[in-house]
Amino acid sequence: MSVQSLTYLFVGITFTLYIIIAIRSRAGSTSEFYIAGKGVHPIANGMATAADWMSAASFISMAGLISFLGRDGSVYLMGWTGGYVLLALLLAPYLRKFGQYTVPDFIGTRYYSSLARIVAVICLIIVSFTYVAGQMRGVGIVFSRFLEVDINTGVIIGMAIVFFYAVLGGMKGITYTQVAQYCVLIFAYLVPAVFISILITGNPIPQMGFGDQLINEPTYLLTKLDQVMMDLGFRAYTSGVKETIDVFCITAALMLGTAGLPHVIVRFFTVPDVAAARKSAGYALVFIAILYTTAPAVASFARINLFESTHNITYTTAPEWFKNWERIGLIAWKDKNQDGKIQHAAGNAFKPIKPIFSDQIGDFGQREISNEVNLNNNNEVYIDRDIIVLASPEIANLPPWIIALVAAGALAAALSTAAGLLLVISSAVSHDLIKKTFAKNISEKKELALARSSVLVAVVIAGLFGIYPPAFVAQVVAFAFGLAAATLFPAILMGIFSKSMNKEGAIAGMLTGLIFTFSYILFFKFLNPQLNSSEYWLWGISPEGIGFVGMLLNLLVSNLLRLITPKTPIHVKEMVDNIRQP
Amino acid sequence: MDKFAENRHQYWRSNLKLVFSLLLIWFSVSFGCGILFADYLDQFTFFGFKLGFWFAQQGSIYIFVFLIFIYINRMKKLDEKLKSITNKDE
Repeated sequence: MSVQSLTYLFVGITFTLYIIIAIRSRAGSTSEFYIAGKGVHPIANGMATAADWMSAASFISMAGLISFLGRDGSVYLMGWTGGYVLLALLLAPYLRKFGQYTVPDFIGTRYYSSLARIVAVICLIIVSFTYVAGQMRGVGIVFSRFLEVDINTGVIIGMAIVFFYAVLGGMKGITYTQVAQYCVLIFAYLVPAVFISILITGNPIPQMGFGDQLINEPTYLLTKLDQVMMDLGFRAYTSGVKETIDVFCITAALMLGTAGLPHVIVRFFTVPDVAAARKSAGYALVFIAILYTTAPAVASFARINLFESTHNITYTTAPEWFKNWERIGLIAWKDKNQDGKIQHAAGNAFKPIKPIFSDQIGDFGQREISNEVNLNNNNEVYIDRDIIVLASPEIANLPPWIIALVAAGALAAALSTAAGLLLVISSAVSHDLIKKTFAKNISEKKELALARSSVLVAVVIAGLFGIYPPAFVAQVVAFAFGLAAATLFPAILMGIFSKSMNKEGAIAGMLTGLIFTFSYILFFKFLNPQLNSSEYWLWGISPEGIGFVGMLLNLLVSNLLRLITPKTPIHVKEMVDNIRQP
Repeated sequence: MDKFAENRHQYWRSNLKLVFSLLLIWFSVSFGCGILFADYLDQFTFFGFKLGFWFAQQGSIYIFVFLIFIYINRMKKLDEKLKSITNKDE
């Protein structure tokens, strides 16, 4: 069978599975809809959290990023796993003890204020929608490359599936579909990694394989990769170029942001008790770590394979995958030295970096581009980082069923995260804004209907993001983590660990974090992208890492203000005492 | 302070101490070994990896998992202790 029909088969089977699970675990009450009736087993919740967390970005883009960044890519590995330690030790058990439905619920109750609740809802919506946009792009890429359908059709199919199981099943349906999606995605990620590891190093465990010797010569893989890259004018793979302070702040912002992401936090509301919340955070990190420790191995395998299979190879005899990805515009080649061969070197091949294809076909059959050619280097190739994971089975010449499996896995990753995000957005709207703020008297039945219709609205908006992708999707990821780190994380943390933190302090802190981080990112990413380099940054901290500074400012402002404003009421202090007990 | 409040206070103190020491390790393996001292550690080799590189891309993640499980176990013991003391007092 061809790759395409196998992909249809795998995607068809997995989608049917998700729908069956959703029908079997429909939600009947608001408690089931928002938090799965608090009846999820810690291991199941660990898997669901892992699927919820590992998005299209983790599955598709992360290994590609690391592949091109080398050691600097470690910020994602440590940042996106280290956050779980904070979550497990500082937030999850207490939030579970608190026992309500949403993150703004906690902030609104702990800071005895509707205003605090609304500020939290605003932060939550900005963070979550930013994130959803990225998932839709992932769905689009997979559909267009592997199923060869129009990106828009792909997005609509994806949205229809998510809509179906989120509206029907609420958190309960999502939880059990996420468990299935975790199994699909982790299997799809590991199988090619194990095969490639065996092919390159003979070691079946990728985590050890990339530290091993190559199968065809007695050199360590990383030593060889460093060597090849330095010969081509790159810096060594295992060295970094980013400033240490920037690496530090990005890692911190990603960790704190991870711990403050509402769709992850809310997963710990779904387990039976405090001990189960702790356990499921542990299991979640185990399930996540399986992928996160494989990713850097995939990254280095892909990088070395990329050079070996295409560097100094005549275009006409170049492997099929090179042309497949060129056809959908994620690879481009410009024969600078007119020798008909593909050459890699350090630096961007063209200006602007992304290729603009003209309709012409070059002498060798390649797609011609109309970008200005960058003559300062010998690099002839543009490769979109997002294709590394999707293409690496093809690059390593693995059988078609593995390629199809990876496509199904990427869709599982994108859909599970999208569903989790859409649910927190809709529960923030139906529960926090409508039920708790504007229309306190509505019945449970009405609230449930409202929750379902807000999922519908959220799905449609997310679908529009997928069909008309804002040009800035890639740039806004920094927003999600930075804002979660600077607003929600410190507010929850102080809410648990400092009884004297009052509403004035918390609200001012969240607003400070929000405004500071938002403006910094806006300034460098959108208003003045030409200034976006270390000499203009505050203390050399990039917009990706500024959320850490935002968090420090939040803590500073909130703690200063609480000293000069009325004290926390006694019943709130008692509530804090209560959540501190198991 | 009554006995009940005293026990809860004790429980919270032990909890804070535990969390603080685990976070100290959390900080030293990631920000310490993986970032601040990565270049220095890179002179040592560990199963074919430069050590700093290994901490940044593998080691810190394993230790994170380990830390959470220590926390789960210690807290379970603390919970049980609190429960047994409270029951005895009643």
